[in-house]
Order: sequence, then C-alpha cells, then structure tokens
Amino acid sequence: MDYDLEIKHAPDEGGHFGKYGGRFAAETLMQPLKEIEDAFFEAWADPEFHTERLDLLKNYVGRMTPLYYAKQLSEKVGGAKIYLKREDLNHTGAHKVNNTIGQALLARRMGKKKVIAETGAGQHGVATATVAAMFNMQCDIYMGREDIRRQAPNVFRMKLLGANVIAVDSGTGTLKDAVNEALRVWVASCEDTYYIFGTAAGPHPFPLMVRQFHTVIGQEARKQCLEQAGRLPDVAVACVGGGSNAMGLLHPMWDDEGVRLVAVEAGGHGLETGEHAASLAKGRPGIIHGSLSYVLDDDEGQISANAHSISAGLDYPGVGPELAHMMDVGRLNLDSATDDEALQAFEMLTKTEGIIPALESSHALAAGIRIAAGMSSNKIVLINLSGRGDKDLNTVMEKFGFHTEGQL
Amino acid sequence: MSNHLPEVFQRCERENRAALVGYLTAGDPNVQTSERLMLTLAEQVDILEIGMPFSDPAADGPTIQAASERALTAGAHIDDVFAIAKRVRQAKPEIGIVLMGYANVPYTMGFELFASKAKQSGVDGVLLVDIPAEESGICAEAFKSQNLSQIMLLAPTSTEERIKLAVNIAEGFIYYVSLAGITGAEMGEVAKIKEKLSLIRQYTKLPICVGFGVKTPKQAESIALFADGVVVGSHFVSQITSNIDDRDAMLSSLSSTASAMAEVMKRQG
Repeated sequence: MDYDLEIKHAPDEGGHFGKYGGRFAAETLMQPLKEIEDAFFEAWADPEFHTERLDLLKNYVGRMTPLYYAKQLSEKVGGAKIYLKREDLNHTGAHKVNNTIGQALLARRMGKKKVIAETGAGQHGVATATVAAMFNMQCDIYMGREDIRRQAPNVFRMKLLGANVIAVDSGTGTLKDAVNEALRVWVASCEDTYYIFGTAAGPHPFPLMVRQFHTVIGQEARKQCLEQAGRLPDVAVACVGGGSNAMGLLHPMWDDEGVRLVAVEAGGHGLETGEHAASLAKGRPGIIHGSLSYVLDDDEGQISANAHSISAGLDYPGVGPELAHMMDVGRLNLDSATDDEALQAFEMLTKTEGIIPALESSHALAAGIRIAAGMSSNKIVLINLSGRGDKDLNTVMEKFGFHTEGQL
Repeated sequence: MSNHLPEVFQRCERENRAALVGYLTAGDPNVQTSERLMLTLAEQVDILEIGMPFSDPAADGPTIQAASERALTAGAHIDDVFAIAKRVRQAKPEIGIVLMGYANVPYTMGFELFASKAKQSGVDGVLLVDIPAEESGICAEAFKSQNLSQIMLLAPTSTEERIKLAVNIAEGFIYYVSLAGITGAEMGEVAKIKEKLSLIRQYTKLPICVGFGVKTPKQAESIALFADGVVVGSHFVSQITSNIDDRDAMLSSLSSTASAMAEVMKRQG
C-alpha cells in the first residue's frame, strides 16, 4: 500500500510535544543524539530510504498485517464488533520489528558497525538481534536479570541470532535498569555504536522516530477498516508500556475526530495497590531516560521500584512523552487492565479465535473487550494485537497451574 | 546571597594551584557517617561536590551507582542532603559547595523550593547531569534568583556550537568530562583534554575543572598543570566501599587520599 510519509503533529525543534519530551541527556550524548536526528530527517526525506524500508517491511516482515474481524470473540462478548490488527503476524512475532528495520537502516547509513538495545519482554531485543543478523552488525542486548528469568525463550532466540545478551543486575533488574545500562554503554561507545531505542520514549529524536516507524500499523488499520467495514472504528485500543505500539496504531487516527483513542496501561495487582505500571493514570510529570513525561516515582523523585506487570514489556515506570501530551490535550482516553484481567483476555482470545496473544496485547484485549461489551453491535472496536504469546507460555503455565507431567 | 565559587578560583590562582573538587554521595553509607565523611573531605578540598542520591543514575559507573543505592537503602532523603551541606558550610565558611545529581529530584520538589533550600544550606552551585544547555530553561530562573551557579558539563563530543551554547548559560565553572563515558572509567588522554580545554577557553573566561576517571595523584597532577580544577569522585567514594565495615578506617583513608590529591594541585614554577 501507499503510506503517508508526512510527519504529522511534529514536536518542536528540541523534540518537545507540548511541555513533554525534549532531550534531558548527559552532555556527552547530546551530539550523538543530534547526529541521529539529522540522519533521521535526511533519511526520511530520501525516497530511496523508504523504498528499501518498505520493501523489507513487505517482503521480510510480511506487511501489511491483516485486520481480522474477530467474529467469535465479538459474539461471545455480545457488544461491538471487535477487529484485531494482527501485528502478532509480523516476522519475529510483534510490532517491534517495524522500528528496528527503520533504525538499523539508519545505523547503516550512519556507518555504524555495532548496535545495542535494551529489552524488557525480549521482543525488542529479538527484533534488534534479527535485523543485526540480517545487516551483519555486531549486537549487544541489555536485559534485566528478572526479565531474563521471565522471558527465557526470547533470551535463547537472541543468542541464536548471534547477539550477546548482557544481564543487568542494578536497580530492580527490569526494563528501566536495562535502559540505564544501555545508556551508560552508549556514552562510552557512541562513535561506532548505534543505540536502537525500542520504544517511543527516551530523548529526542527517539519518541518521534519510533512513532514514525510504527505509523504503518495505524495507517494500514485505518485503510483496512474503511475497506472491510466501510467506515472508521469507533474506538481504537492499544496497550502502553513505553508506547510504541500505541503510537503506531493511534497516532494516524489523531485527526479522525470520531475515533476514540484508548491507551491501556498495566494495572498489575490493581491501581490501588501501588503495584502496577500505570504511569499516565497514577504517575506525574518527571524526568527519566532523557525525556520529561509521566513517571511513577516517590515524593522525592526516586523512580518507583514497585512498577509491576505480569507482562515484562509493560513493566516500565515511565511512558512516551507524546502520549502524555495527547492525554493533556484531551485526545487520549486512559484505561487499564490488571494482571488477572489480562490473563482472562488471553484465555478468551485463545479459546474463541485460536489466537494466542502476548500478555502485553492481552491488556489491550481486556480493556477492548470491556469497552465493546458496553456498545451496540453496529459499533466497531479496533484492538492492536501487538504481539503473539509464545514467549509468555512459561508465565501463563505457571499462573494457570499447568504442569506438563500428568496433565496432557 | 554570596557565592563562594569566584573567590575560590581567585584564591587558587593567587596560590598558583588548581582547585581540588571532591565528590561524595550524600547519605553514603548512611546519613550520620556521610556527614563525618563530608566534613573530613571538606578539610582537603576547595570545592565540595555533594551528590544527591538517585534511583537511576544513568551517567554513573558502578562505584557511584552503588553509593547511590547504599544511601537510598539507608534511608537518605533530599533534606538530609541539605542538612549535610549546611553542616559543611558552618564548618568551612570559605569553600565552594556544589550539589550534583539528576534532574528528577529537584524537578519533583519544584526548582524554586529546591533552589531556596539549597541557598539556605550554603550551597553555591548546582550541576544536573541530565539538564544540557537546551533544557536549562527549566531551572535557570529558579537558580538565578537564588544566586546559585548553574554548572554545565562539556565533553569530548561537544562541538564548537555546543560549547558556545553551554558557556552562554554556565556560571561558576565549566565541568569538563575527560572521556566519553561514565564516572569512574579510565581517564581520557591528557593531550586530548588539554587541546579541548584550549578550544573551550576561546569561548569563555570561566574556570574549567576536569573530572571523570581521575584516580591517582599522578593523573591529578598532570591535569592540574593546565586546568583550573581537578574533580575526584569515584576514587573518593571507593574509600568508603573498601572500608565499608570500619568507619574509622573509612575516615582516615578518605583523609589521606584527599590530602595526597590536594598536595599535587600546586603547580611548580
């Protein structure tokens, strides 16, 4: 399909979306970030860059991904028609590869021979290791010790793909600490190393760039919905950790006033327990990982060690700055789903449609199902199925008390 | 409303030596011991850099990361940082005191309140690692209104354009990062540091202190020859780490290490 390459709702020159975003980075990183920004804008204006990028997205990743009318699920829920944007069918099993293809092409244009990345659930790590293998780049992935435990299959995949997976023990041993460590390594190696940031957060230009590389999701979904249903959805729903799949799906529908845009945060054990990752709902403005956005922190600005979600990919105490801006200007509706609700949605989609979703995406499903249940059958709820659930089987088996011995 | 930093550098200039800038993280290994350590270090340095512990010190190496973690685990609060600064100011009326840390702590308190508390505690300047020139507007007014110097970092990766941007905002002194890396790594090559300092001096008359990776008196001496100040951080923090169970040894080890550094600040001839 023809994608719209115009950069819409661009941040200001310093990367600010309203009062959020910017470039709160150490001086040493400012010039490397500027070089990435320049390279990005130069590449984005170059038709050849897009020819190669879109060719890879089509023939390597398998885009466009289907928009699937989940008839069985919709009937079971008994409300609005539920459509699923099947990002789980991308090569590597999640939306993350849209971004890593783009950034790896950029790294190559900039003459960098080595890439590093942080990863939480491992999906961004796998997507980075994948493109690094294809582009023949050396690749180091930083991953929290706790996440390595939760996402063993992805760790193995990254290793198979030739990446070094480096365990991060500092702090809480999760995504935020992996970002810290990757930043530390990058400061010392930025001359020959490109940092493939995995979500629409971090210092400018990452929030803008990651958003742009993912807008293929929303642009396709919008067009597919018009073709299949004859109109745009009433509600578009995506889960939010840092916000990459949410920006990808929702941003292209910003100007479609009739479409309610819903961001679903991880409710963990419940928003009232303090053990969740709902930065937008329960956090406040703060500065972490290079940008001003919503964060979960204590009264003295120490970043929360209690951020929790059953899904490693949402277990992050910050969020992309543009989402904070969209919330402030009233263009974003917040929702959340707890661990248990996500697990129920996981099971429901699996049983009704034969699709095993990622636990991250299960949060979007849980909220999307809830919203659809309260709407009439002539309404449409579009849910971003951002990834497949294979990587989560260990976690889910544990939760469902499923043991291989004696139960098969 | 006085600010000690200009006098400190004038005094060092008169005595033909570089200023010794010493860093410790406040509250490490606990608030009480930290105060003793700071007072001890303040005896040897011209400028005391008091680190504000932060949960996510992304520009720091393992030594200062661990210091931050120890401080927070031991229950250090931002008000303890101010209390320590105040105590040091009472004991040493003439030295420079600078707070160093990450933006989220003062941002969360509110820069106005933070600046006023800092000033009341005798602080002269503030260095926020993750507030580069482009974002400095977020706190500039608050600091200016309290006559607190906004200390800016420059690095090997800083272009001439960036140098111009930073010196335009910077007050007190410029903190030049000797290497593209995190605190506590290996110090950058002296010739390269010297070259960059000459470049920076084309754009500013502010004193320039060099830090990151200065671990031995020999290294400090080589920097003191051409820089206005030498910053020692991780190496002082290491004196805590290596004597963690023995407070007396910690204090005496810090004192002798700092004194050895202070000695080499004097330029010959």
